[in-house]
Amino acid sequence: MSVAVETKKLTMIQGINDALSTALNEDERTLILGEDVGVNGGVFRATEGLQEKYGSGRVIDTPLAESGIMGTSIGLAANGFRPIAEMQFLGFVYPAFNQIMTHATRLRQRTLGRYTSPLVIRAPYGAGVRAPEIHSDSVEALFTHMPGIKVVVPSNAYDAKGLLLESIADPDPVIFLEPMRCYRSSKTEVPEEKYKIELGKAATLKEGEDVSIFTWGAMTIETMKAVEQLEAEKEISCEVIDLRTLYPLDRDAIAASVQKTTRAVVVQEAPLTGGVSSEVLSVIQDTSFLYLRSPVKQVGGLDVPVPVYSLENEYLPSVDKIKYAVEQTVSF
Amino acid sequence: MINDFPMQQLIDQDGNVLDHERMQEISIEKVKDMYYFMHRARLLDKKCVNLQRQGRIGTYVQYEGQEGAQVGSALALEEGDWMFPTYRDHAATLTYGQTMKNLLLNWRGRIEGGIAPEGIHIFPPAVPIASQLPQAAGAALAEKKKGTDRVSLVYFGDGATSEGDFHEGLNFASVFQTPTVFFNQNNGYAISVPVEKQMNSETIAQKGLGYDMNCLRIDGNDVIGVYCAVKDAVHKARSGAGPTLIEAVTWRYGAHTTADDPSKYRDQSESEVRRQTTDPLLRVEKYLKAQDAWQEQWKQEIEAQIESEIETALEEMESYPEPEMNQLFDYVFETPTWTIQQQIDEHLAVKGGKTS
Ligand SMILES: Cc1ncc(C[n+]2csc(CCOP(=O)(O)OP(=O)(O)O)c2C)c(N)n1
Repeated sequence: MSVAVETKKLTMIQGINDALSTALNEDERTLILGEDVGVNGGVFRATEGLQEKYGSGRVIDTPLAESGIMGTSIGLAANGFRPIAEMQFLGFVYPAFNQIMTHATRLRQRTLGRYTSPLVIRAPYGAGVRAPEIHSDSVEALFTHMPGIKVVVPSNAYDAKGLLLESIADPDPVIFLEPMRCYRSSKTEVPEEKYKIELGKAATLKEGEDVSIFTWGAMTIETMKAVEQLEAEKEISCEVIDLRTLYPLDRDAIAASVQKTTRAVVVQEAPLTGGVSSEVLSVIQDTSFLYLRSPVKQVGGLDVPVPVYSLENEYLPSVDKIKYAVEQTVSF
Repeated sequence: MINDFPMQQLIDQDGNVLDHERMQEISIEKVKDMYYFMHRARLLDKKCVNLQRQGRIGTYVQYEGQEGAQVGSALALEEGDWMFPTYRDHAATLTYGQTMKNLLLNWRGRIEGGIAPEGIHIFPPAVPIASQLPQAAGAALAEKKKGTDRVSLVYFGDGATSEGDFHEGLNFASVFQTPTVFFNQNNGYAISVPVEKQMNSETIAQKGLGYDMNCLRIDGNDVIGVYCAVKDAVHKARSGAGPTLIEAVTWRYGAHTTADDPSKYRDQSESEVRRQTTDPLLRVEKYLKAQDAWQEQWKQEIEAQIESEIETALEEMESYPEPEMNQLFDYVFETPTWTIQQQIDEHLAVKGGKTS
């Protein structure tokens, strides 16, 4: 017997707001801390209406100091609360890096489990929205390289709600990166009730036969456009996997897809060298080397500082670059 | 500014009482307790320096000279309060309930060394300078939100006041009016850099003014004065009057750590003069003598007791079982990720299944 689930069509930012409200509503220990998250509802409106609903003691406008926000959140987390700390933009996480790297991610081990940091760091990130300097960095790899923290990147409202609720429930630190380009780019049906999506599980955006394309975040938009054209123009059947969690990666999903299509392309927005895409390659190599019919191609940002917006289209992986890589892989 | 923040004392360095009214609260027994805890910490510290020289523990961070500041402040806390120490504050943690065995294990490179007995809230010693300050504000904010009257007390040195986290910690505590005591030990040096090069301000206490915070400067070698000042600050915090910044002026006699050679940056004869003049233990001895409450035999008794405690702890440390390899991977996440699990499996395969 199937029960009709009430759903709403939401943008990703609304899905995030819905998840935050759900978490605040169901657990007194949940707190939101950040710059402009209270009265203003966040610069992207992720926390809109939450302070009104849950009070200024739980949705807290903090001083403008990222290390202070993180350090205070660690103290709160170790002492019984479930803080969700917002970095206004990922490009401003750097002052908090020390707190995350030397404390949040190590507290469980340094105390053999006596104290833990069950906290979530939320941050809008990525280029392509004509933001000012430094607002567009994609530095997820700084955190996938950091032992002790999980890295999650939703690309739509449904995933955002389920993944954020799971991240909040996670007993360890999670950094939840929100591609700004996805905030309002699409609407998806989102159940009104609470649901969670397990971390470390990829989603298949589209099934295909000839090549697997692994991507995440805003690059799902570019990739889907490229795939549409490739299928129409070249009759290349593409499978598109949205990784959703970047640490830990969904090894099984990556292996299964590559072993089915026997070809792979990885698309990431961030500068290519040392990026998460190299880790996807490593998983493919490890699990599926003998299945491959051609070398795996990577499409990524250039190894340059993320530029001001007049140059960001040159910097970002384009539909054409994705198409080019897929064609090369398939015709190898 | 120095005139606005005179170095407050209850007892001067010759053991004379300067504030008779306040001393009414402090019994001779309490003073003897303070002496006991300072002496215990000092003997352990001396032992550790020797153990390091003998190669029985790793690099060690000594605190000799700072016992008055650390013991006086630690004794002002109560059960359920939170302590956030640095790598140099073992006299404080020992006094607040950390065990000698664990302190020794800490210097033996063991994780257990940074964990206090169940029920005693001591964070593992912070190494990244000043990073513990915002955390102490957070832990105190948690107590406030829970509606308890428990407080946090956080230690840091003079060098730490230059870090952003010092200012962020004070500001967060001030904005949220958290029950936090920021206890600075100004021991004159951050490794080789003297406090005059660390800041252009004459005092550390005055930095609290910028945060509209209770702030004061005290003689950190006057253990009774420290105890009373921290007690007052803790009381304010418990009763909802917000955080306090205390600058406790002190001096470390020895090197920054056993890996440091202080003759590179200062004349160590200064420490010798201070041992004879401003020493925190000597001051209490003089006070007790002036009160006719000093018995040489008592001192010998506690000394013998402490030495045997140290010997026992040392034996426990040296016979402590080797670390289990699982400490490495069992506590990164509540449940290891597949990457960690795969690495463990490969690690064990190479080691033929041995887990230690
Ligand atoms: C962020 C950071 N930078 C540098 C160091 C290396 N370091 C260890 S102790 C120290 C000096 C600290 O001086 P102070 O805060 O006065 O404390 P003290 O050691 O005198 O107790 C330095 C620079 C560190 N531990 N953390």
